[in-house]
Amino acid sequence: MSEFFTASVLIATVASGIRLAVPLLLAALGETFGQRSGVLNLGVEGMMLLGAFGGYYTVLQTDDVWLGVLVGAVIGAVLGVGTGIMSVTMHADQGISGIGVFLFGLGMSDLLFQKLVGTPRPIDTFPQLDIPILSDIPVIGEMFFQSSGIVYLAFLAVPVATFIINRTPFGMDIRAVGENPAAADSLGVSVARVRYATVIIGGTLAGVAGAALSIGLGIFQQNITSGMGFVAVALVYFGAWRPIGVMAGALLYGLVNAMVLQFKTLGIIPNAWSDIASMAPAIITILALVFVATRFRQPAALTKPFVREG
Amino acid sequence: MTQNRSARSSRFLGYLVPVAAVVLALLIGAVMLAILGANPLEGLEAMFRGAFGSGTALTSTVLKATPLLFVAVGITIAFRASVINIGGEGQIVLGALLATIAALYLPAMPAPIMIVAVMIAGIIGGGLWGALPGALKAYYGVNEILSTIMLNIVAVQFMNFLLRGPLIDPLEVERGTRIPQTERLIENADLPLLFGSGRFHIGPLIAILAAVLAYILLWRTPTGFRLRAVGLSSDAARYAGMPEKRTIVLAMTLSGALCGLAGAVLVFGSESHRMVTDGSTAGFTGNAGFNGIVVALFGGLHPLWSIPASFLFGGLLVAGNALQRAVQVPSALILAINGLVVIFVVSSERIRRRIIAHPVRVDEDVGPPEDQPEVAVPLPGGEAEADLEAEP
Amino acid sequence: MRRRSSRYGAVAVIALALALVATACSSDDEASGEDFRMAVVAPSAENDLAFTQSIVDAVNVVAEDRGITDVAVTDLTFVVEDAAAAIRDYASQGYDLVIAHGSQYGGSLVEIAPDFPETSFAWGTAADTFDLDNVYSYEAASDQGGYVMGVLGGALTASNTVGIVGPIETGDAKLYVDGYALGVAAENPNADVLITYTGSFSDVALASETAQAHLSAGADVLTGTAQMVVGAVSVADSAAVPWFGTQANQTSLAPDIVVASQVYHWEVILEEILDKIGDGTLGGEIYSIDFENEGLVLEYNDAFDLPDDVKAKADEAIDAIKDGSATTK
Repeated sequence: MSEFFTASVLIATVASGIRLAVPLLLAALGETFGQRSGVLNLGVEGMMLLGAFGGYYTVLQTDDVWLGVLVGAVIGAVLGVGTGIMSVTMHADQGISGIGVFLFGLGMSDLLFQKLVGTPRPIDTFPQLDIPILSDIPVIGEMFFQSSGIVYLAFLAVPVATFIINRTPFGMDIRAVGENPAAADSLGVSVARVRYATVIIGGTLAGVAGAALSIGLGIFQQNITSGMGFVAVALVYFGAWRPIGVMAGALLYGLVNAMVLQFKTLGIIPNAWSDIASMAPAIITILALVFVATRFRQPAALTKPFVREG
Repeated sequence: MTQNRSARSSRFLGYLVPVAAVVLALLIGAVMLAILGANPLEGLEAMFRGAFGSGTALTSTVLKATPLLFVAVGITIAFRASVINIGGEGQIVLGALLATIAALYLPAMPAPIMIVAVMIAGIIGGGLWGALPGALKAYYGVNEILSTIMLNIVAVQFMNFLLRGPLIDPLEVERGTRIPQTERLIENADLPLLFGSGRFHIGPLIAILAAVLAYILLWRTPTGFRLRAVGLSSDAARYAGMPEKRTIVLAMTLSGALCGLAGAVLVFGSESHRMVTDGSTAGFTGNAGFNGIVVALFGGLHPLWSIPASFLFGGLLVAGNALQRAVQVPSALILAINGLVVIFVVSSERIRRRIIAHPVRVDEDVGPPEDQPEVAVPLPGGEAEADLEAEP
Repeated sequence: MRRRSSRYGAVAVIALALALVATACSSDDEASGEDFRMAVVAPSAENDLAFTQSIVDAVNVVAEDRGITDVAVTDLTFVVEDAAAAIRDYASQGYDLVIAHGSQYGGSLVEIAPDFPETSFAWGTAADTFDLDNVYSYEAASDQGGYVMGVLGGALTASNTVGIVGPIETGDAKLYVDGYALGVAAENPNADVLITYTGSFSDVALASETAQAHLSAGADVLTGTAQMVVGAVSVADSAAVPWFGTQANQTSLAPDIVVASQVYHWEVILEEILDKIGDGTLGGEIYSIDFENEGLVLEYNDAFDLPDDVKAKADEAIDAIKDGSATTK
């Protein structure tokens, strides 16, 4: 156990945890917008998968990692529009339609990969971007300020999202629509337009998250996300629909995963118990969900399609 | 009465809507086939043959449909109570595990008793794994979508732990190969075959029985009435004195129990008569936990209609493999088409309801209860229009 | 006079007919040509540059060699029950050889094979024919290649730390990992060998993070096995750390850093199996590919600058394995 508490191992663990958290954070932030306005999107996993493939394929062809992220964003945005049509205009049941998007994304990304790429080829990954001065701080510098551009972007998105939701008219509309769409409607807010906007934001961020994952790993594979999209949705609940809470959740999840992995590498967890240890992130999240649920209320209109009465 | 006739004909039109949705999705699939350089007609023909074209194909289809039917019926029960159960994968696995443990550790008993015992174990295993998120929702307000997703993750790790450790075949340990599977489970627990040899076991019949029992439960018992009442309006139900929290737990438990039964059938109807893992839930369940949701939806959230729906979807999944073999198009295409079917059917709900609601809807007395799916499905979120009294 | 000549003619015709029948019969006895039907069922993608690719490549080589045109491949069957269904379907459709390429398929195969006594089955990677006379089994002595590349790894590491990323501690993976570790120890007893089993054959992200963890623990040589290694290779590539591959030639994955790959040439034993089937023996033998029968071949990456003296160690190790003086497992 003492081997774990050496500087190099701790630094590596935190850096790894942050890396694992980034796709989760991005996707969960996007989902936060949607859920705050009353739309549950369970299709995040499918959006991430298609964004991951789009990003991967773009970098494979162009060697431009940021173009790959952009393509992922566009793919996610398009899927967001689709989700908007389904959930807002067609009043489709949000839980099930999300599963449809998931299955579609899983199948399409797999199909496209097999047909357009075939044998996996590695791609360029995000270059390391040291933040001047801050990255020279011993220990902390290595942990936090020697990451890549996408990591910084993801964490910068947190205060931006908080600001948008809490301090802009748009954010006020989002919250109103999520709590009491009828009242918002009577005040002249277009419920549909707000929800379309948030769902498109959600899709865009999910696409970026997927691209961040595949480009970060430098490879693509069938079902590369392995359930991450669903975890991201869970994290929104964990974070009580607040970006800062979502960030805490993503970091917690990523760090626990990184720790478990490090323990396995160092031999602290014997092989026989490694599967039990892998349960840790999920169990901790459930316990946290219990805690959150008893203290925070979900947006009142969540999952309810809005129908104007009269 | 003209009212009745137009109500009936618009109901018929209403049923056509999901069918149209499926056709649209399949058309898109055909277009994709063409883009991929395959002949769509050839592909469709191969799919049809692969799923329905021979005794072997039909067997594969029915066996593929069986876990889908269990899950779909479970989803239907939960949905009627306004609970969304995404935990099917984990519940199937837990049911399978408990059934396997029962087979390994119970003393040998004559075949019929052994089979019933392991099936009950499966029901208990899945039921527990459904009761947990149910209780978390009822008593702690934890959204069931998220708790079930997390429990899916816990379930797969638990399965891996058991099959790589305590439950592993001693022969594997001896030989050092350590393939993560149990020993060949006791023969008395094998599900009997229907036609002497081959693969067709009684699992599908158990599933159909479960569907029928679910129908009876939901529409012919007070408990079922309570489930549906809570699903339509928890306020009204509470006002009427129904135990809302217990009902939610019951719904999730039943839902999980059915998935657990699917897991037990998967193990004891399997070719190898052991439980084996490749490290993922999908490797064991074939994604039945998610596909079953699709089937439930297409069955109009009615247990009896889930039977043909599961058959068709089982066929679709089997067809995917046949497609791959015939025209070299990856079976992932079928997965994508599956997703499109869900999206189109779910999105067309509004259109369907508009068509059906068009003539006077208030008239409850539209004839004796037909065994047709109820028109307006009570979706969680309260868009329910249906009157609780109206029989399906 | 006429009758005699017509009698000779008749005899000639009969003789010719008999000869034709005889050749037709004998070509039925050989496992080749357009009448012979082969099928493969495997758990991952046929172009995964690892487990499944190795068998599909071998099947294609053998098929071309013998003029077999009816070759069916069902890949991505990670659902064991689907694989069992595919195996049974192929057998019932009259395929002559059904290859079940996955250790998890064994439990199903033992139930299916007795139902089809005319069909030959081959099960890999495993060493068990269940005492059935229509089941062959095959495995790879992956510990051998692992050992040799471990020697190379032990020689190349400057930090005296080597990282191995494994899937699950079972079968072929375990052989390779253990062999590699022994090779490192033989060449460089001071070196630390970090072994981590991620717990999954397919989780790429986990493999990637594991490789990162090894790197941060000081490893400057990496290797691993199973379909998920592409994640680890990518990390090695970014960090410019040498990589050793197994199951298939992984040079194309990272042309700058792959040192060598232990390539499985299953065709070596497939040929033997097919010959036996042609002679009428449908099973009952266990096959293994190794350096001796050249089923295992160490393929070097020409673009990697491997010093001659280091490569010589590898050649020595191979010789030692062949003459039995090296312990690889």
